[in-house]
Amino acid sequence: MIKVENLTKRYGGVTAVDGISFHVGKGEIVGFLGPNGAGKSTTMRMLSCYLPPTSGRAEIAGFDVFRNSLKARERIGYMPENVPLYNDMRVFEYLKYRAALKGVRGRRMKERVGDVMDLCALRDVERKLVGNLSKGYRQRVGLADAMVHEPDLLILDEPTIGLDPNQIRQVRELIRNLGRHHTILLSTHILPEVEMTCSRVMIINRGRIEAADAPENLRARLRTAGDVRIEVRAPDLEKAKAALLEVPGVLSAASTEEDGWGVFALGIEAGTDPREAIWNLAVSRRWAVRELSRTRVTLEDVFAEVTHPDE
Amino acid sequence: MRKFFTLWSREIAVYFRSPAAYVILFFFLLLTGFNFWFVLNAMNRSPSGVSVIEAYFNTVFFWFGFVLPFPLITMRLFAEEYKLGTIEPLMTAPVRDVQVLLAKYLSAVFFYAMLWLPSLLYFVVFQWQTRLQAAPAAGSYLGAYAMLLLIGLFYLAIGCLASALTRNQVVAAIISFAGISLLFYWGFYSRLFPNVSPFLRDLTDYLSPIQHMALFSQGLFDTRPVVLYLSCTALVLFLTFQVFQYRRWKV
Repeated sequence: MIKVENLTKRYGGVTAVDGISFHVGKGEIVGFLGPNGAGKSTTMRMLSCYLPPTSGRAEIAGFDVFRNSLKARERIGYMPENVPLYNDMRVFEYLKYRAALKGVRGRRMKERVGDVMDLCALRDVERKLVGNLSKGYRQRVGLADAMVHEPDLLILDEPTIGLDPNQIRQVRELIRNLGRHHTILLSTHILPEVEMTCSRVMIINRGRIEAADAPENLRARLRTAGDVRIEVRAPDLEKAKAALLEVPGVLSAASTEEDGWGVFALGIEAGTDPREAIWNLAVSRRWAVRELSRTRVTLEDVFAEVTHPDE
Repeated sequence: MRKFFTLWSREIAVYFRSPAAYVILFFFLLLTGFNFWFVLNAMNRSPSGVSVIEAYFNTVFFWFGFVLPFPLITMRLFAEEYKLGTIEPLMTAPVRDVQVLLAKYLSAVFFYAMLWLPSLLYFVVFQWQTRLQAAPAAGSYLGAYAMLLLIGLFYLAIGCLASALTRNQVVAAIISFAGISLLFYWGFYSRLFPNVSPFLRDLTDYLSPIQHMALFSQGLFDTRPVVLYLSCTALVLFLTFQVFQYRRWKV
């Protein structure tokens, strides 16, 4: 559905997007993840035919975004960041106008506008002025606009930014349902959102794609696959630490003392789980144990590692 | 074509949805009405050889009221879309840049026409009340209103260009007002400095809207100003199109 090759965008001397390439297949929900200013919005603007790329190419459903821009635009539903809308129009009026602009006419327009208003729960505000809507409703009007012409591809730039937790859940639900019929590319910096909705994640930083995979695989690929935390009462913490380091699978150990208990944070080799061995060690040394737990790697850790390798 | 019509009708609707439009219409009507009263009053006091039409389109009140609305009509067109960011959903819809530009420009032309249409009523009322002719022939009406449209097309294009240059409506209004004033008062140049060379005097007269209007409101038709205004309009619209596209390459 999306084919991007060596896409680059420079503003003056600044390279916002630096030769990225990726493919998105039909029916995928792909999350674009990255810190502010990483090039997410610029990439999406290029894909939605708003900004012309400096170099490289991008194709939407086989149509080049630059050479065949109108054909490509007919297949895209784009929701820009912060959802700019005409404040002087009423909701149904706006959606009808947008449908007409996108070539939806006559009876089909009436059907489509009704459908998207139902889908985005806009029926109770259809006669309100867009300018008087709350943030959550505006977001939904933007989403309704993006899909009013039944595009193959939805490009959503930060669809949940500025919403309250309930609204975020509703929008997320909506996106997941839309994923059954559309290909979706969305950007966000809310990590749980990506884990919950997307089949694939692309982490973009300083204009480059640093990692692209399913969320599970990304987590598995992280160098340390999580930490094990153990709190013991041992006669000699230094000796205990040395013993723990000898357990197969334990890469590092950091210890602190907390009211007489030794607290160890152990770095674990990816794909292993040495907790049983650690327990056995503690039993054989007759240490008292008050905690033995494993912290799982979240996408947040992957994100932090990929975008700030030195920290 | 249908998409153009969708865009155009929305742009026109925006005019008539905003209270500013009615304020402009109201004060414009007041000014043109006063101008008409002023003309008749003056003609009553001292008989002259000119027709009502000729006199009406040549007073200082007419020209003052004529120049004022252009920045107000056009400042919103592009600047507001940039400011609100609505240019992004607009230009990612499958519409051509030129459709957007022409829809915006022609909606301004439409509003401009709406501004001047009521002035025709003055002459209707005049003829009905006095049983006199406001003009010696239909050509005077045709000429005066054709010139009104021609200059309007050009000045609206300038306003359009100014609006495409910035995201700030006030700045757009100032740019277009400065540009239009410069072109308009150029015609006064030879009158302010009576000793200029004949060449300069000819040049300023050739470019002076006041001269053009004086000619056309007598019912005299000259192709030179027609070509001048139409070609200048085309040039400025072309520039506007370039600016409009360039902003996306840059931003």
